[in-house]
Amino acid sequence: MKNIYISSKFLLIILFLPSLTFSQNFLEGSKVSGNTQIDAQVYSQDSKLGITDSTLNYKKFGMNGFTNVRYTNGNFSAYMRVEGYLNPMVGYDPRYEGVGVPYWNVNYKIGNLEMTAGHFYEQFGSGLIMRGWEEWTLGYDNNFYGFNAKFAAAKGVMIKGLVGVQRYFWEPYTPDSRGIVKGVDGDFYLNDMFKGMNNAKTKITLGGSFVSKYEKVPTMNFSRDSAYSVIVGTDTTNWIKKTTYRYNLPHNVGSWAARINISNGGFSFYSEYAEKGNDPNATNNYIYLKGQAIYSTISYSRKGLGIYFSSKWINNMSYKSRLTESGNPPMLDINYLPATTKVHQYSFAAMYPYATQPNGEFGLQGEVVYTIPKKSKLGGKYGTTITVSYSLANSIKKEQISTGIPIDSTGTKGYKSPFYSFGDIPYYRDFDVKFEHKFNKTFKAKAAYYNQTYNKHVIEDEIYDKDELVYAHIGVLDMTYKFTWKKSLRLEAQGLWTKEDKGNWAAMTLEYNIAPKWSFAIMDEWNYGNDNVDMRIHYYNVAIGYTKGTNRIAVRYGRQREGLLCVGGVCRYVPNSTGLTITLTSSF
Amino acid sequence: MKKAILISLLALFVTAAYSQNDQLTGQKVPSVEVKTLDGTTFNTADISNDGKPVIICFWATWCKPCIKEHDAINDEYEDWVEETGVKLYSVSIDNSRSSSRVQPFVNGKGWEFNFLLDVNGDFKRAMGVNVPPHTFILNGKNEIVWQHVGYLDGDEEEYIEIVKKIENGEEIK
Repeated sequence: MKNIYISSKFLLIILFLPSLTFSQNFLEGSKVSGNTQIDAQVYSQDSKLGITDSTLNYKKFGMNGFTNVRYTNGNFSAYMRVEGYLNPMVGYDPRYEGVGVPYWNVNYKIGNLEMTAGHFYEQFGSGLIMRGWEEWTLGYDNNFYGFNAKFAAAKGVMIKGLVGVQRYFWEPYTPDSRGIVKGVDGDFYLNDMFKGMNNAKTKITLGGSFVSKYEKVPTMNFSRDSAYSVIVGTDTTNWIKKTTYRYNLPHNVGSWAARINISNGGFSFYSEYAEKGNDPNATNNYIYLKGQAIYSTISYSRKGLGIYFSSKWINNMSYKSRLTESGNPPMLDINYLPATTKVHQYSFAAMYPYATQPNGEFGLQGEVVYTIPKKSKLGGKYGTTITVSYSLANSIKKEQISTGIPIDSTGTKGYKSPFYSFGDIPYYRDFDVKFEHKFNKTFKAKAAYYNQTYNKHVIEDEIYDKDELVYAHIGVLDMTYKFTWKKSLRLEAQGLWTKEDKGNWAAMTLEYNIAPKWSFAIMDEWNYGNDNVDMRIHYYNVAIGYTKGTNRIAVRYGRQREGLLCVGGVCRYVPNSTGLTITLTSSF
Repeated sequence: MKKAILISLLALFVTAAYSQNDQLTGQKVPSVEVKTLDGTTFNTADISNDGKPVIICFWATWCKPCIKEHDAINDEYEDWVEETGVKLYSVSIDNSRSSSRVQPFVNGKGWEFNFLLDVNGDFKRAMGVNVPPHTFILNGKNEIVWQHVGYLDGDEEEYIEIVKKIENGEEIK
């Protein structure tokens, strides 16, 4: 409470000091903008899905909502976000319950310096050691609360610095609750820095960052058993000796990263390498091992053709501002580990998504997008786009540090892993191909096929073996017919075939749109191939959407299928539910 | 205590809101730094089209309706430019996970707009964008005169009608 009090006094000063100083003129250049989203759900009991009032904890209504307001005046701006979860909708952590202002800041620019005080999001490079971000649909927010400065030191040079503490639901910061994060980053755009390179076709950017967290570490013990035998005469007695050790936990954990970006016309290459110091934590089972990561992408494209390839290797890179924090939802992450798998939009293609494994993974991704030109024989009048992509995630190789010490033993150095090594447990595979073609002014269609391998144990249960692999084939056909320029009908048919997990699925969506305001849809997903006949459920939904300018209201009634919802490799489990959902979005 | 912070901010926002005509509408594009496809820093206050209208579309490679919207505009874009001189800025809000896919993706698609990368969502926040697609239209003075959320087949026809109205000097409501 005390913290909030101080911050509000501080805010009052910051906000009103300039208004007093500039007196009359201040409000004249003022601008306000913002946006709102409210998601509300009314839950019903559903015996088919096993949902009763008691499984809902008698919370028959859920609402998540936020409003952002941004105020700007010349080089000064202020921002705030009001959030409310009354109660949190099913699938969101109950610790979010409440209303408040989890994010606000004031910001000004003077010359080549930009300062932010309050809460902020910041990212260094691809985020391997530092990234603050927020994703509403996931209930994910790791914003920093403190100070952030950006300084354009010279032409082509951008230096950033920050100090802050991170958001943890609604809990105010206390020294015992989490650590303090500090970081600096430099971006050097060589073509702007050196006159001779100004007009060069090849553009080069170098960057580097350093991040450190300080934490008041807890006192923690672990015990290890050792076996010994006592022989008296001919009698042998086996004993187990339990020894208790105390973890020697580091107060400061540092990390650094270096990156390069080279581009030349349609060619582009990016690579970033990062290392993190010794950081025993709840995610890595308290092992004393350095973290390492490398992430690279390369792409080539010209009109009508795009080729993209990326790879990454991550070893022990969980980096949180509280070492005992783990589990779901992921909170207090200082860094972000980019996923090298695709985010799919069709519901069945997204049924088996991939979640990044911060303790170690090897990932590859490749994609080719090709458009057969307009007005050619194969392309037709409007051209045909073909997309082929493949992604893979595997374990990394882990070797024992010495015989007798199992891999990942707490309090030890854990394991050895050769750089860029490829382990033998498949985590994820996804091959897909998609065709899009517009036949004429009124009819267009898309067809897609996906072939996925999903390691259920690893992704859902954090059990690192290959005993529960799901092999799925998915087909999608999506057709749109336009009656007039305003009225269109869309039909989407999907099928998912697998012998594992819940078996086969079929789905159909019919959508009628009257642009630019109305949208009506009915959809059904049917688990017709479930081994358990009672679980061959129809997940039906009816929905209406109305849009006017920036106001949009959508009403949906039906069943929500359980599963993982993932954005950028970060996932949230969505449970089964039945009921009415109202979504209201607006911006001003 | 918490109220103090809320009240102080709200007071400022409300006074400010009253002291202007309309919120984002009528304002110029805020100044935020984003990147172009080749990594060059670009200030969004520099979005302009020599006194002609501008369309700004927020999208992402993972957003299905956005891609539909871009495809639909792309089919008509040549005609639009010829008739009205409009210029389209396409702002990708893909994060570091997928932003490097943007260039091969848009080239593969054969889209010919002006592309910007808003990797950490700064421009998105400054423009009050909730979820993509979100489309803005600017008049010749670079003032935001119209905006729209979401995409339904045929919405692009409304965009070009608004652009034509601007060109004819009609008022946009």
